[in-house]
Amino acid sequence: MVDFELSEEQKAIRDTVRKFVKNEMMPVAGDYDESAEFPLEVMQKAFEIGVLNAEVPTEYGGGGLGCMDEVLIAEEISYGCVGMSSSMLCNSLALMPILIGGTEEQKKKFLPTICDQKEVKFNSFCLTEPGAGSDAAAVATTARLDGDEYVINGNKCFITNGAYASQYTVVASTDREKKHRGLSLFVVPSGPGISIGKKEDKMGMRASNTVEVIFEDVRVPKENLIGNEGDGFKITMMTLDRTRPLIAAYGVGVSRRAFDEVIEYSTEREQFGRPIAMHQEIQFRLADIAKDIEVGRAITWYAAWLVDQGKGREASKVCAIAKTFCCDMAMGITTDVVQIFGGYGYMKDYPVEKLMRDAKLLQIYEGTQEVQRMVIASEILRRG
Amino acid sequence: MVFGLDEEHRMWRDTIRELVDKELAPKAEEVDKRGEFPWDNLEILSKHQLLGTDVPEEYGGAGSDTLAHVIALEEVARVCPSTSVIMTTQALALCPFLLAGTEGHKRRCVIPLAQGKVLGSFGLTEQGAGSDAAAISTTAVLDGNEYVLNGTKCFITNAGISEIYTVMAMTDKAKRTRGISAFLVEKGTEGFSFGKEEDKMGMRGSVTRELIFEDCRVPKENLIGEEGEGFILAMKCFDRTRPGVGAQGVGIAQGALTEAINYAKGRVQFGQPISNLQGIQFMLVDMATQVEAARALVWKAASLIDQGDRDVTKFSAMAKMFATDVAMKVTVDAVQIFGGYGYMRDYPVERYMRDAKITQIWEGTNQIQKLVIARQILR
Repeated sequence: MVDFELSEEQKAIRDTVRKFVKNEMMPVAGDYDESAEFPLEVMQKAFEIGVLNAEVPTEYGGGGLGCMDEVLIAEEISYGCVGMSSSMLCNSLALMPILIGGTEEQKKKFLPTICDQKEVKFNSFCLTEPGAGSDAAAVATTARLDGDEYVINGNKCFITNGAYASQYTVVASTDREKKHRGLSLFVVPSGPGISIGKKEDKMGMRASNTVEVIFEDVRVPKENLIGNEGDGFKITMMTLDRTRPLIAAYGVGVSRRAFDEVIEYSTEREQFGRPIAMHQEIQFRLADIAKDIEVGRAITWYAAWLVDQGKGREASKVCAIAKTFCCDMAMGITTDVVQIFGGYGYMKDYPVEKLMRDAKLLQIYEGTQEVQRMVIASEILRRG
Repeated sequence: MVFGLDEEHRMWRDTIRELVDKELAPKAEEVDKRGEFPWDNLEILSKHQLLGTDVPEEYGGAGSDTLAHVIALEEVARVCPSTSVIMTTQALALCPFLLAGTEGHKRRCVIPLAQGKVLGSFGLTEQGAGSDAAAISTTAVLDGNEYVLNGTKCFITNAGISEIYTVMAMTDKAKRTRGISAFLVEKGTEGFSFGKEEDKMGMRGSVTRELIFEDCRVPKENLIGEEGEGFILAMKCFDRTRPGVGAQGVGIAQGALTEAINYAKGRVQFGQPISNLQGIQFMLVDMATQVEAARALVWKAASLIDQGDRDVTKFSAMAKMFATDVAMKVTVDAVQIFGGYGYMRDYPVERYMRDAKITQIWEGTNQIQKLVIARQILR
């Protein structure tokens, strides 16, 4: 039985977040884009209303929600500012490996330190390295067992919220010869040996903190290993599968924002004696934008539903499809919306050029569009 | 019919290529980051006659052809799109004088513009007159021996730093498009001031401001052509300058493509250069093919201008539209090929992507180009 209606609780979540976005995010997004300062105050407020840690069970201090619920949150906050959203939902990515592969003891130990606090806390996910982007398996950060501890050494790059994290989920190699089967996942609390390197100066998503994180002889108890040695790659792939719908939702949110802006502009802006929305070329483009957003949202909801149903492989494929579709759509729509705004669209005192700059990263992070296609191809060409 | 460049144009291209790689490329990142007009680059352009490539020698130019002009424009845009804007703006500013000016206008304005001694701006766009250029409301009223101008122009490139302005104003509102006239207005004229500078997504080395006319009086000799001919004159100018904007698009696309190819060859993932991966390879192929097609269309449009062909209007619009759409697509794809690095401002490709967008908008949006082309093909 297919039911597209949201529950009362889901509508309440969406409406609460929508109000938060309007009052707390939209008025300041432009300033943070310009300064590239981290919007800690906004993060704190978002945390207080339950935007962060949504899928962590309540017993560990989280929201106890499902993927579908978090997708609703993700679409709303990315409507406000997708850069801030990336930082807001960063914990969802970083804590997911603990939810998937952690023991009860590990969950009790590592989740409340982030979720069950008065102040907002960040956990960064540390996978990417200069030599390991799309080829995530090429991770060269090492974790060597020394007595009761692992010693971690390596450089991670492009790490979201790295400079503000109190805990890191780190993918490191415990056996380089085994390549991806030698990767392991560790929870690493902030501490000696961890330093923050270069802060990236980005084209867009500038409110999101993106840094190098350097590990030099960082020691963690062996109890901080999630799963077994060699499980790291598998858990990472499962993590990325499950968080993909959020990125797809960002694509929908940023597109919807661009759409609302362009509807307002094109119905007011007059040229050739009438609103430009009355010109067929513009009208057809607006229709295509509306069409794509509906399709994008539908596939995102389907992906999230599959995740909540626990339908692993089907979810893997559809999540990659949703991310691919929605993020390509966001790039196209934001570019065309600047076009419809004409000269004004190019100026920073109008909000749309920021949306175009922000959208580009959606096609790149959390698995490039090309990697998504590898995932889809792998699923559809698998026998049995 | 010859598709390749002849020896003369090939040597010209190679000379300019070497010049821009040496003198302009190293400064491009700085030009974008500082967001200021690159005066030293202007000097380089002037020195090499790049602001008057296709202007007759007697009027200060190099006396070459439109093809040479677009070739040079592409090379400059390839390394520093903001600097290429100096060339496209100058070409548009001096065009009305060349096409409809008196001998006096040509001596007084074309010569210093072509030599790059002063900058020029083209003042058409207004808040209520973007794509609907005919809807301008700046007025010019004849009062004795002078015209009195009132109104505001917006999004004017080089406003405030140009000395010479060609300004479109309404001399007879009842006649609508046939009531628009073109005027020379010089900086420093009483009643002529400049408004706020725009903070733009890209082309940040280019200055964009308002022109404000408040009872600004100019001698009646400053009328360019006849009263009521201004709109047609502007359209004729665009016919001649659109291939240049197309060349700007080709240059931006080529610049981004070259960066993407070099990166893909060097970046190793999955045990090999990513240029070996079919997905990346075929993306580069599509980009390269589009750039070639865009260049061919730009060269054709430029050659038709030089031949005085009757199809200039159609091809100019097609060249501008196609090449700038290619620039937008190729630059977005180039950032994609660079992956995360492409998104960082210390790599050049995100700048090309930001710069590309405006080329689809100015000198007639690509939607307006479609209107122009439609009229031609449905005649």
